[in-house]
Amino acid sequence: MDTSRSILHVDMNSFYASVEMAEHPELRGLPVIVGGDVESRHGIVLTASYPAKRRGVKTGSALWEARKACPDAIVVPPHYGLYQRYSRLARSIYYQYTDLVEPFGLDEAWLDVSHSAHLQGGDALLIAQEISERVLMELGVTVSVGLSWNKIFAKFGSDHDKPNGLMRITPQNAQEVVWPAPVQDLLYVGPATSRKLHHLGITTIGQLAQADEELIRRVLGKMGTVVQSFARGEDDSAVRPLDLSKHDINHEVKGVGNGITCPFDVEDERSARQVGWLMGESVAQRLRAQGLAARTIGVYGRDFKTLGTRSRQTTLARPTQLTKEICSTAAQLLVDDWDFEHGQKVRAIGVRASNLVPAATSVQLDLWGEESQRQKLLLVDNTIDDLRSRFGNHAVRRLSELSDSRLSTLDPQRDNVVHPVSFFA
Amino acid sequence: MRGIANRQKKYVEVVSDTSPEGVVTPLTIIWDTGVRYQIDRVLDRRQAHSLKTGGTGIRYTVRVGGTTTHLWFEGPRWFVEAKVASMPE
Repeated sequence: MDTSRSILHVDMNSFYASVEMAEHPELRGLPVIVGGDVESRHGIVLTASYPAKRRGVKTGSALWEARKACPDAIVVPPHYGLYQRYSRLARSIYYQYTDLVEPFGLDEAWLDVSHSAHLQGGDALLIAQEISERVLMELGVTVSVGLSWNKIFAKFGSDHDKPNGLMRITPQNAQEVVWPAPVQDLLYVGPATSRKLHHLGITTIGQLAQADEELIRRVLGKMGTVVQSFARGEDDSAVRPLDLSKHDINHEVKGVGNGITCPFDVEDERSARQVGWLMGESVAQRLRAQGLAARTIGVYGRDFKTLGTRSRQTTLARPTQLTKEICSTAAQLLVDDWDFEHGQKVRAIGVRASNLVPAATSVQLDLWGEESQRQKLLLVDNTIDDLRSRFGNHAVRRLSELSDSRLSTLDPQRDNVVHPVSFFA
Repeated sequence: MRGIANRQKKYVEVVSDTSPEGVVTPLTIIWDTGVRYQIDRVLDRRQAHSLKTGGTGIRYTVRVGGTTTHLWFEGPRWFVEAKVASMPE
């Protein structure tokens, strides 16, 4: 085990709420909730400030629940552009200490300063302090920093001293600091894994580290061995710098999907088809933009009452990137899957294209000349894409979308949110 | 007499100079009333957060007619921490 590395994990505390407070100082010290739009029902808490958290507001809970826990909370809609700007500015600070910066979502990053610390005096702890002070001075946002010889314990450190904390975990103090903590505090021990571990009587990280390897592997499989080595601090994964230009190209896309919580419950076949088309069209548009075609089209719907999701998918005879084929397949799947005549209603609908191949793959022609028809459709799709890229997504719209005023305000392509990349990606 | 009740973030028009190396130096601040304030000297420039009005950007500490004040460059726009006068007693 190489314990000579110096890895920092920097976590901007309650990031969205902190940025809102940095931009609007009058909100400081108040219970602030950054959450989705109540009117169109995407009502969940994205981030809550510390005063709100202390009163029981939880990230991910519904806005109405949060309002009940904390009636005087100030709810602010999210401003993603602003968060991206702060995230970029924070990263530009990190880059002044090392080129090895691995962002983990907008608000977190790992920094490997093992080989650059000597340029700043050689003490990684001082670098951690300096970064913390600079982010506060320059951006007005507090950070928590964890410092350790591996990424997992560095993250543990930043998670355990909030807000504005600094925690150093060395091979000497690790057993004292990390091992007594509950096992779910370890990165990649989620609710399911921790439940299984609890059944074995393992509740702390230390117990996991010392547990029988064979037992852990039998219960949790391959991941068990990985998680156990995390608990022992044996993670030697490198901090992988994110090269945006490279990342975008090398990143293998597995599927393209788009979903929406409708501002109304979908309760008839016609609206279901409309939403299916709307979602499908943005999926098709993105497939074409990335030069991909999909063989499998899937849909999911969320029941308005139980909030349970149901999904169906089908594989097409040949890969497609045509709006018409993707949308009609998706709409048909939706209509087949939901029994609108007997009172079923759908609250959220999504369309997903997977099993992707490059669009430039050669295709088997058929005897009936269908392919030439498809080429024409592709020409129309490309023309529409071109118009939209020049004049905006609303430049060309479908009649089904225009004839229903409830749908015309939605812009499925723009509403896409970028999710953090996986640790194992 | 009226004092300073508060500060507010105010975007202002600025005349600036950009050197071939890309160093931007603000020269004049133009208030929305049309009054022009000559910047005599730039004392400091650094990335900084505005504690009084919120926001972040490149903060220029400038000398205007004997007073030292701050001016922020926030992407394409400039802003100052404008004084909000208290209501007369």
